[in-house]
Amino acid sequence: MSLWEYANPVKFMRLSGAVLPWVSALAAISIVSALYWGFFLTPEDFRQGATVKIIFIHVPAAMLAINAWFMMLLTSLIWVIRRHHVSALAARAAAPIGFVMTLIALITGAVWGQPMWGTWWAWDPRLTSFLILALFYLGYMALWEAVDNPDTAADLTAVLCLVGTVFAVLSRYAVNFWNQGLHQGASIGRVEAVTGADVTEKISNVYFYPLGLSILGFVLLFIALVLLRTRTEIRVRRTSALLARERIG
Amino acid sequence: MIALLIRDLRIATRAGGGAGLGLAFFLMVVVLVPLGVGPETQLLARIAPGILWVGALLACLLTLDRIFALDFEDGTLDALLCAPLPLSGVVLVKSLAHWLVTGLPLTLISPLLGVLLNLPPEGYFWLMASLLPGTLSLSVIGAFGAALTVGVRRGGLLLSLLVLPLYVPTLVFGAECASALMAFKDPLAPFIFLLVITLGSLAFLPMAGAAALRANLR
Repeated sequence: MSLWEYANPVKFMRLSGAVLPWVSALAAISIVSALYWGFFLTPEDFRQGATVKIIFIHVPAAMLAINAWFMMLLTSLIWVIRRHHVSALAARAAAPIGFVMTLIALITGAVWGQPMWGTWWAWDPRLTSFLILALFYLGYMALWEAVDNPDTAADLTAVLCLVGTVFAVLSRYAVNFWNQGLHQGASIGRVEAVTGADVTEKISNVYFYPLGLSILGFVLLFIALVLLRTRTEIRVRRTSALLARERIG
Repeated sequence: MIALLIRDLRIATRAGGGAGLGLAFFLMVVVLVPLGVGPETQLLARIAPGILWVGALLACLLTLDRIFALDFEDGTLDALLCAPLPLSGVVLVKSLAHWLVTGLPLTLISPLLGVLLNLPPEGYFWLMASLLPGTLSLSVIGAFGAALTVGVRRGGLLLSLLVLPLYVPTLVFGAECASALMAFKDPLAPFIFLLVITLGSLAFLPMAGAAALRANLR
């Protein structure tokens, strides 16, 4: 009994079919309760007013936007090394989800930034690197769509994912270098604040617990969506194989 | 490898080979920007390094699909795959040839265009110093992108979409280096980062490009 058994599409389908309803239900429950808790049961912030509550969507989406790419990196590596098709399809399935999460993070950030910073958009390192991340997702998805042969497409996107990771990390440091000092850390120090690294900006537990629940809910939602989309991809692959066989026979 | 390099250079410099295309485009961008933003010398001097860098990047992008497309169509690439030369070497030579016909001439005429944009004289050295390795890394990264999209019909848009985010670090460090003196900063730090990116891409991207070519030719 090892993890690699689930590289077999039949076993993967059986397991994911059994797990999927539970994960989806848990995701729905935790997101709904976290958002209700966050939006209606927490006090308004002393300085930020009600806008602080966007944190319950913004932070989980931003975390997933980055981690979805790392999941794609991992599954691409598995495809390159062990050539399991399920792995390549999971990478393909995760890309649009990561892209949407990046967009959610950017849009909620803009909505929060308008009243707080007085601008929808600033060429701040964090914002810029998320825009670049969105471009990476777009290019990755476009390459999948453009190449006809599925194995070639999987190979090419895997190479792109590996190289893209290096360059995405490089861009992160490049934009930091480029716009250093224009923006102070405090206004965007939310992540440090959440983890408690920044003592003065430390987020109070009133906000932290619903935020943790919301992050959990988003992670579960991500897992559910990836499973669902991977199952769809496997079925599409099967259907086209059946059609091809019919045409020959 | 030398023979391949000479062959590529000869094809590119032939009539219709596209060697002048990037250069002409670069020239046009630099001439059009002052017409667009107005002739104030102060403003032009401040944005000159940025314009020259963006122009160089776009000129490079414009000519990228020629690196492999023609050789892929007429089967030369299949022959090169069987040649007693590692495929990563082929990618490296092709990107060098691309750099020699676009990046290098572009770097050489950049001071001239700097005059047009009223770039102060002390900026010329760092402008050229940053463009020289910078355009080389643009060519190598672009060759990797071209290798990815060589099998796609009309892949020009896809190629730009794939390559643009990969160009971000080079552009940021290059433009930063070229304009550092104007902002009273030390241009050496971004220059070292730029060199690191160039050398890193030279070392690793030909291998990634070769892997992509192999997948495309299978």
